[in-house]
Amino acid sequence: MIAELGHFALILAFVVAIIQMVVPMWGAHRGWANWMQIASPAASVQFALTAFSFGALMWAFIVSDFSVQLVVANSHSAKPMLYKVTGTWGNHEGSMLLWVLILTLFGAMVAWWGSDLPQGLKARVLSVQSAIAVAFFAFLLFTSNPFVRLEFPPIDGRDLNPLLQDPGLAFHPPFLYLGYVGLSMAFSFAVAALIEGKVDAAWARWVRPWTLAAWMFLTIGIAMGSWWAYYELGWGGWWFWDPVENASFMPWLVAAALLHSAIVVEKRDTLKTWTIFLAILAFSFSLIGTFIVRSGVITSVHAFANDPTRGVFILVILGIAIGGALTLFAARAHVLKSDAVFSVVSRESGLVMNNLLLVVATLVVFFGTLWPLFAELLTGRKVSVGPPFFDLAFTPFMVALAAILPLFSILPWKRAQLGRAMRPLWGALALSVASGALVWSLQTGGRMLAPIGTVLAVWIVLGALADLGHRVKFGKAGLAENLRRAGNLPRADWGKLVAHSGMGVLIFAIAAITAWEREDLRVMTSGDSFEMGGYEIRMEGVEMARGPNYQAERGTFSLLKDGQVISVVYPEKRFYPVQQFPTTEAAIDRSITRDLYVTLGDQQEDGGWAVRTYVKPYANWLWIGSIIMSLGGVLSLTDRRYRLGAPQRKLPDAVPAE
Amino acid sequence: MRWGALVACLLIAGQVWAVQPDEVLSDPALEARARAISKELRCPICQSENIDESNAGVARDLRLVVRERLVAGDTDRQVVDFVVARYGEYVLFRPQFSLGNAVLWLAGPLFLLLGLVISVGFIRNRATPAKPQALSATEQERLAKLLEKD
Repeated sequence: MIAELGHFALILAFVVAIIQMVVPMWGAHRGWANWMQIASPAASVQFALTAFSFGALMWAFIVSDFSVQLVVANSHSAKPMLYKVTGTWGNHEGSMLLWVLILTLFGAMVAWWGSDLPQGLKARVLSVQSAIAVAFFAFLLFTSNPFVRLEFPPIDGRDLNPLLQDPGLAFHPPFLYLGYVGLSMAFSFAVAALIEGKVDAAWARWVRPWTLAAWMFLTIGIAMGSWWAYYELGWGGWWFWDPVENASFMPWLVAAALLHSAIVVEKRDTLKTWTIFLAILAFSFSLIGTFIVRSGVITSVHAFANDPTRGVFILVILGIAIGGALTLFAARAHVLKSDAVFSVVSRESGLVMNNLLLVVATLVVFFGTLWPLFAELLTGRKVSVGPPFFDLAFTPFMVALAAILPLFSILPWKRAQLGRAMRPLWGALALSVASGALVWSLQTGGRMLAPIGTVLAVWIVLGALADLGHRVKFGKAGLAENLRRAGNLPRADWGKLVAHSGMGVLIFAIAAITAWEREDLRVMTSGDSFEMGGYEIRMEGVEMARGPNYQAERGTFSLLKDGQVISVVYPEKRFYPVQQFPTTEAAIDRSITRDLYVTLGDQQEDGGWAVRTYVKPYANWLWIGSIIMSLGGVLSLTDRRYRLGAPQRKLPDAVPAE
Repeated sequence: MRWGALVACLLIAGQVWAVQPDEVLSDPALEARARAISKELRCPICQSENIDESNAGVARDLRLVVRERLVAGDTDRQVVDFVVARYGEYVLFRPQFSLGNAVLWLAGPLFLLLGLVISVGFIRNRATPAKPQALSATEQERLAKLLEKD
């Protein structure tokens, strides 16, 4: 019964979405206030219905209702409760329902908090947002219905893929979707602005926080996925340039560009057309990502051709959304011209360069990801594009971006002098080059990766600090004055400093772990030990263990430094009988400067065990850097100007003295 | 989300597990070269794993072939060519610099160049305040007439 109610709520939400798509748009066109006013309540109702539908599906998972096909295919009565709940979105249908739920949530948030938006803009934004929802409701209902019942329910389910039974991955999709779908807001605002023919600072002030929030969620979502891969897949890889990863990385890059260019629109009233274009592009990459992941077209062209319904459906949505928006853009962009003036050396120019590098880097990822598909369609050749290509073709753009970042982000708006702007940065530059040289001499030559990474990382972090010092007049005024100025700095500026520093930390981590990782592979029996990177690793034994829905071989290893046991770790090889699926649970001794990473392999014919050990320097800095970047986003989001909402002419409230 | 791309391989995998101790060459220099080559070669039946990380049987066979060729004295290039001759360019994770792949390799540099030209043009344009528009032909005529009258 509950599944049917969920299905019914989904259909109702689809109907409400159609109304919300048509009525407010027409009302805004004709200037009919009562038609426009339908948008807000409709958005709330749409969200409530979708939330109910999602809740119904989750309920089916929680109570293990094996008359629902989706539950049978992805759940099992012995599965821990956490994974029964998260199993709701650990499959195609459920994850698309989550996608739409978040889409309607964003629409509802505009309805709830958008009271100071101009009426016409608000109606149009909600109408466009609802148009996207209509497409995806149709996709769910016609190709991916999660509520299909079975005539003969089995006794038990087929269980969730064991790789997904993990906290890191359980919450990876919701964050990723909050990011993907959050970009729909920027898209809806861009399309609405094109229809209205007006883009101003108030528009940018609305779009930027949404983009920033979406980018933050994407950052966290991508970092979670990477963190999961690091400990779960057994060889400590954290980024694979896999098509599915690239699908989330492309919107992240464009969102990063967009949230920078929106600053220019907001503060300097220029780059309007470009920002609108980026807003369309960002969500387009979200849709392309959804297409890549959901159609299976990249993993195998043949799988796609065998069951093309879903893929073709998303492709049509993609075509209408991107094609329609770009056509509208071509027709209407000219009305957005602005004539704000800035000189060649200015922060505006710096942000243009930031956008250029980010967008071209995105295109490189795009071509690399889709090249196997293009090549096969055009010439019939089967080619692969993997990490060696991306490392070579993508990295230079990030190096260039990191190299110009500190200088261009310290430049004043409108007109600047390079010499003056560099003055506070010379120290940071000298120290970064010195630390790069130090690293180079310590590792006695070798690959240039680590020294270059160090130079860039130190340059960015110290550059941010130098910027801060410059802003608070550190060393030029007394401490009290420094603190007063620091207190007066807008949160958005703190956000910028923190987010940029996070990127510096991330760059260092990537360079360090790539350049200095060490690996060891050997056969060990109980009592064996060996030296690695200044540590002694001793195998104490392997025993059988049993989990709620798996069996495991669990090794016990002591990690010693200078003869002292510093840690005991337990790597496992698990086997999930329901899915007939083995997984590797690496044991990681984490610390701030290195991870010791031990995995247990197969038992050999002579009774020993294959053991793989890694020393991964600064691995934790990967996640720390990502978290710092997101924190920068949070700081920026709490800026006073967003709390106050869009600028408006409003007389101060007269408060009677008490 | 990445799991999707790995599940297939792990399903095929059974109990085999990336590089095995019995595959490792005794000469560390040769082994290091084998590892480097393995990271550039794709496991032909996997979704996006190199043969070094893959658990599939064919990946193990390829790892052994790479090591055999290296022990036989091949250069890195010869080893890769040997594998490509048998499995096609599909196994190359770094596509060849060839005419067929020109678009792929040149996309980045070309877009950068194009973008630079456009954005530098835009920035320079912004650096000079927009001039008032020149008078149109009819306006010129009217102006001339007005001037004549005086």
